[in-house]
Amino acid sequence: MSGDGKEPVLVLRGLRAGVGGVEILKGVDLTLHLGEVHAIMGPNGSGKSTLVNVLAGKPDYEVYAGEVYYRGRDLLSLPPDERAREGVFLAFQYPVELPGVRLREFLRAALDAVREHRGLEKLSVRDFNRLVQEKLREMGMDAEFLKRNVNEGFSGGEKKRHEIMQLLLLDPTLALLDETDSGLDIDALKLVAQGINRFRGPEKAVLLVTHYQRILNYVQPDFVHVLIDGRIVASGGRELAQELEAKGYEWLRQAAEAGRRE
Amino acid sequence: MPPARKVISRQTGIEEKEYKWGFVIPVPADVAPKGLNEDIIRLISRKKEEPDWMLQWRLRAYRYWSSLGYVEPKWAKIHHPPIDFQDIVYYAAPLSRDGDRPKTLDDIDPELKRAFDKLGIPLEEQKRLAGVAVDAVLDSVSVATTFQKRLEELGIIFCPISEAIQKHPELVRKYLGSVVPYTDNFYAALNSAVFSDGTFVYVPPGVRCPMDLMTYFRINEAEAGQFERTLIIADRGSYVSYLEGCTAPIRKKHQLHAAVVELIALDDAEIKYSTLQNWYPGDREGRGGVYNFVTKRGICLGRNSKISWTQVETGSAITWKYPSVILRGDNSVGEFYSVALVNNYQQADTGTKMIHMGRNTRSTIVAKGISAGHGQNTYRGLVKIMPTADGARNFTRCDSLLIGSKCAAHTVPYLEVRNPTARIEHEATTSKISDEQLFYLMSRGISEEEAQYMIVHGFCRGVFQELPFEFAMEVSQLLRVSLEGTVG
Repeated sequence: MSGDGKEPVLVLRGLRAGVGGVEILKGVDLTLHLGEVHAIMGPNGSGKSTLVNVLAGKPDYEVYAGEVYYRGRDLLSLPPDERAREGVFLAFQYPVELPGVRLREFLRAALDAVREHRGLEKLSVRDFNRLVQEKLREMGMDAEFLKRNVNEGFSGGEKKRHEIMQLLLLDPTLALLDETDSGLDIDALKLVAQGINRFRGPEKAVLLVTHYQRILNYVQPDFVHVLIDGRIVASGGRELAQELEAKGYEWLRQAAEAGRRE
Repeated sequence: MPPARKVISRQTGIEEKEYKWGFVIPVPADVAPKGLNEDIIRLISRKKEEPDWMLQWRLRAYRYWSSLGYVEPKWAKIHHPPIDFQDIVYYAAPLSRDGDRPKTLDDIDPELKRAFDKLGIPLEEQKRLAGVAVDAVLDSVSVATTFQKRLEELGIIFCPISEAIQKHPELVRKYLGSVVPYTDNFYAALNSAVFSDGTFVYVPPGVRCPMDLMTYFRINEAEAGQFERTLIIADRGSYVSYLEGCTAPIRKKHQLHAAVVELIALDDAEIKYSTLQNWYPGDREGRGGVYNFVTKRGICLGRNSKISWTQVETGSAITWKYPSVILRGDNSVGEFYSVALVNNYQQADTGTKMIHMGRNTRSTIVAKGISAGHGQNTYRGLVKIMPTADGARNFTRCDSLLIGSKCAAHTVPYLEVRNPTARIEHEATTSKISDEQLFYLMSRGISEEEAQYMIVHGFCRGVFQELPFEFAMEVSQLLRVSLEGTVG
């Protein structure tokens, strides 16, 4: 893989993981460098969501074998909140509702936590308001959202835009995007893609999990990996996504099975 | 290697940061001998320089209480060893420097002023608490009442009830026991016999009380029970917001607190009553803590009157209280907003009664119960619609939140409807803090403890927003402290 001389931000070696003793990831190797956007594609049930949830530290998931290094540190030994403060961000596929928790308070608590960890001062109320309203605007969201409860009564598209809005606000190093494009109409998809493009840069890395290549028309990946049955069966450039769009996943699945039989 | 050291209270072995109000105030006190008999009641009455009618009322209450056989009621879902009512001190009063009862703010022992400062209740008016008038009650007596002058100019009476008995006997005689008669229940009878102080409020017709009135209750003496009595009367077209806060030192033994609160709202009057109950809850193993057995009831006597109870109950080993409203006047409104949190081995059996008698009376009940540790939390509520209450409406919402797997929540709603025009809604939920919610917050860098606090705070929002501004900050802090040790 390319990226010579650049700092690897995330390294997965032989990662095996699952839920309740059922192995879903069956040995994943992957390296991301700063400045790169990687897309993980694959059919339903291939383990895409498991991959990003394991990396973010979701408690239900179990790691059976393998190693994950984030900026040289053993990521799997850190609790989820510490991973987040260290700069790992997960945009959820299905963001949960938090009854009674106002969006403003939530964003304030999250921003305070990551800023404190980075040795930055707490923002004044005024600066916070300015910053958060700027990020809301960038994602086409009204300031009225700040008075609402987190994700409660948000439409599917609003939830996804809210996730990317948090990405821009918290400004992590590594963004894990779990099917952030699913269920979006074309306008919302463009907004979300714009947000991701605004985030990407030489000091950032993105791992974008998606079912469809549609979003890749707006977010140009540097690398595309195909995950089937818990293994990366093919890696390539953007053209791989287009090939998948034309041919589907079946040929890769068959190739992978043939490869394993040999 | 020696174990890591934390600040541990020598008396109880519990970490002091968990109950920072747990210090003892070092003031000399006038303490009656333990036990209860007619002589003790005469002693209390004499100490208070009471008129004879008051003594006779107490004695009637005592004789009624004695006839109950010294056996406390058993119907609530609470468990405790039998209480030895002869092992309690029924009167304890701090002395001023000259050994007499303090008469003015200047006479108060500086030690006592410092202690109330530490509790966040400054007694000096120049350090006024965001414009709140305070009546500070230590053990059996009121030690200071602030802003009395300013209130007097408006005709508002805000004073210790012992003072009201002497200065305003016509009001006290008319209303004391009119909402909670001494025959009401075991603890109300006990309180009526031995109550030593508490707060009296009278707001004259058409007056809107310009500041919140607050009583701060503090149990200090080791063997003392606290039996305060509060009586609030809002005359026609008046409004008053009343706050109540309570703490006690860390003691190994259980302490008894049995208060009675009576509210009376006349035509078009409104009383808003808010409580932050933070009595010492006992240690992690359930040793010590206050038994909080309280009778609180208001009557909407007049048309268009309103009584609203808001309570946040985080303290006490056992809480047993049902702030209620009798809706007698037509179009009157009763409200009950409650958060009850139990942790460790705390028990709470709390709720309300809404008794609809007048036409078009409305009541709202919002009860949020949080159980953690080995806590037992019961909501018990009665909505009673009498035949005369045409067009009565009630809405009840009752939510329970469980933290961990060793606690429990129980809901016991009673409905008695004797008028076919009544409309009643009841909603109830029980939930656990979900791992999904915790993970979502933690994936944003928020610690598990803070994440849990945010979820619980969100759960309570509908009640917290009813609290006056002065309590909002304190409630957040209290919630954090009460949830300590529930993570992990």
